[in-house]
Amino acid sequence: MRTGYRPRTFVLEVVMVAAAVAFLFPVYALVTLAFKDPGQIANAPLSPPNPPSVKSFGTAWQSASLGSALLNSTLITVSSVIALIVLGSLAAYFLARRASRLSYSLYILFLVGIILPFQLGMIPLYQLVNDLGLLGTYQGMILFYTGIQLPFTVFLYTGFIRSLPADYTNAALIDGASHLQAFGYVIFPLLRPITGTVLILNAVHIWNDFFTPLLYLGGSGRETVPVRVFAFVNEYTSDYGLVAAGLVLAALPILVVFLILQRYVIRGFSSGLKG
Amino acid sequence: MTAVMSPPVTPVPPPVRRVGRRGGIAPPWLFAAPALLVYALVMLYPSIVGAGSAFTDWSGVGEQRSFVGLANFKQLLHDDQALGALRNTLFLTVAIVVVQNGLGLLLALGVHTTIKSRMVLRVIFFAPVVVSPVMVSFLWKYVYNPAPDAGLNAALNAVGLGSLRQDWLGNPSLAIWSVAFTVIWQCAGYSMVIFLAGLEGVPQELHESAMVDGAGTVARFRHITWPLLAPAVTINVMLSTVGGLTLFTQIIAMTNGGPGYATDTLSTVLYKQAFVFGKFGYSTAVALVLAIFVAAVSFIQIGYLRSRETAA
Repeated sequence: MRTGYRPRTFVLEVVMVAAAVAFLFPVYALVTLAFKDPGQIANAPLSPPNPPSVKSFGTAWQSASLGSALLNSTLITVSSVIALIVLGSLAAYFLARRASRLSYSLYILFLVGIILPFQLGMIPLYQLVNDLGLLGTYQGMILFYTGIQLPFTVFLYTGFIRSLPADYTNAALIDGASHLQAFGYVIFPLLRPITGTVLILNAVHIWNDFFTPLLYLGGSGRETVPVRVFAFVNEYTSDYGLVAAGLVLAALPILVVFLILQRYVIRGFSSGLKG
Repeated sequence: MTAVMSPPVTPVPPPVRRVGRRGGIAPPWLFAAPALLVYALVMLYPSIVGAGSAFTDWSGVGEQRSFVGLANFKQLLHDDQALGALRNTLFLTVAIVVVQNGLGLLLALGVHTTIKSRMVLRVIFFAPVVVSPVMVSFLWKYVYNPAPDAGLNAALNAVGLGSLRQDWLGNPSLAIWSVAFTVIWQCAGYSMVIFLAGLEGVPQELHESAMVDGAGTVARFRHITWPLLAPAVTINVMLSTVGGLTLFTQIIAMTNGGPGYATDTLSTVLYKQAFVFGKFGYSTAVALVLAIFVAAVSFIQIGYLRSRETAA
């Protein structure tokens, strides 16, 4: 990065801010829409709401059952991410530290899962989840996300553990700690940076995923936010103000979390490989 | 003999536990077992069954299925919807890879400067990445409203470009561009942060010495920044290619493949074949073609882009 603020820098600043304003136009259109009543929408589609009305928000929250959808999404996301961190880090510790041909093949097997599009197994998996009686359940979704996101999680953890020296755990093991104790007390705390990346990338992906919850949870009463929003928008498609309010409310929680944790989120995404 | 010369050492007791070749004491297999079990159940087993049923006439209901060889693939070659979807998928992928990464690079170069708004701008351009594609699609569906006094059309009218107003999603030749642009709007910030991480790794001294040697902005970008960005380019191109090839949510939310089949992709076609028409065997054949595309593109790209990295 060059230092100093020159006339050229000012020109660049103006250009970039103008780009951001254009970039935000859809967001402006949506947010102002959400604060307008139908009359205002028809007469002044792009002007600021005058006077602003918050009536649509209450109606949208109710009609889309966003409260319970947020709970469903939170439960599924948190449980899946915990399962991914535990299973992924344990497996990666094994793969990084056991230097046999078999464990290397196992590592490659996990990597295959990163390129394998889930569409290939989509239908047999649907059958399997159905046969196991897990359609429409939280457990089914948690199992699905854990399996589908494990390859990427194992990949991130293995690379990181390989860069750690083996001495720490050896010392603990020689002092009589079990493998699980050595992992839990010595290795796992050292994994914090990569655990942060794993947590952020998986949480954002799972929170926003649409297709599988639509398939597995549709009509179960346990739908996640994107599935509820999809049904809601398709039902009230011509009531722009209401739809806009629903979209604003549904997008708000993750945007607030992002604004609070922006540094970590951006770092997580820029160091990872897959969203 | 060196052994004679070396000083006496105290004998080391033999290790009690198995020592891995990396010098650590190897953890037991049990550590990998739960992950392997879940991975095999959710990904490996269904993918193998899926690949196998691409050669059957399975309807998806019940166990009845018979082997039909390559019939599903032959049918694919004569299925205008599937071929159109293949064309659309490739078109969307190329458009997204080029424009998203091009814009992402420009944004990264723009905020990797001393401008005062650089931190705020990073957050603004990145924010859509964390929002669900369903919601971004519905947002843009409103922006693309065909009414002359709403969304983008109203904005064009307001700035005196009313003659450019369009039915953005209803016009068959325009709809695919509109969908592509939605994806680009959402993901350009993702490319930007990966390029930014790459730019932060370019040593400042290289730029300074090149400036002393009289190199201009363009020359320095071509000969210093661009070659050193190779790893960021690799990651960005890979991510956007796989994202483009498997595009699904945005299509279902914005156009459902329409108008006609104008925006169908391989993912939407295999979904409709399975869950609307009940042709699971045929659907998995489409999925297998998609899987082969994704794998092939990944391998070619890794090979090509790695060679670029080492050449640089």
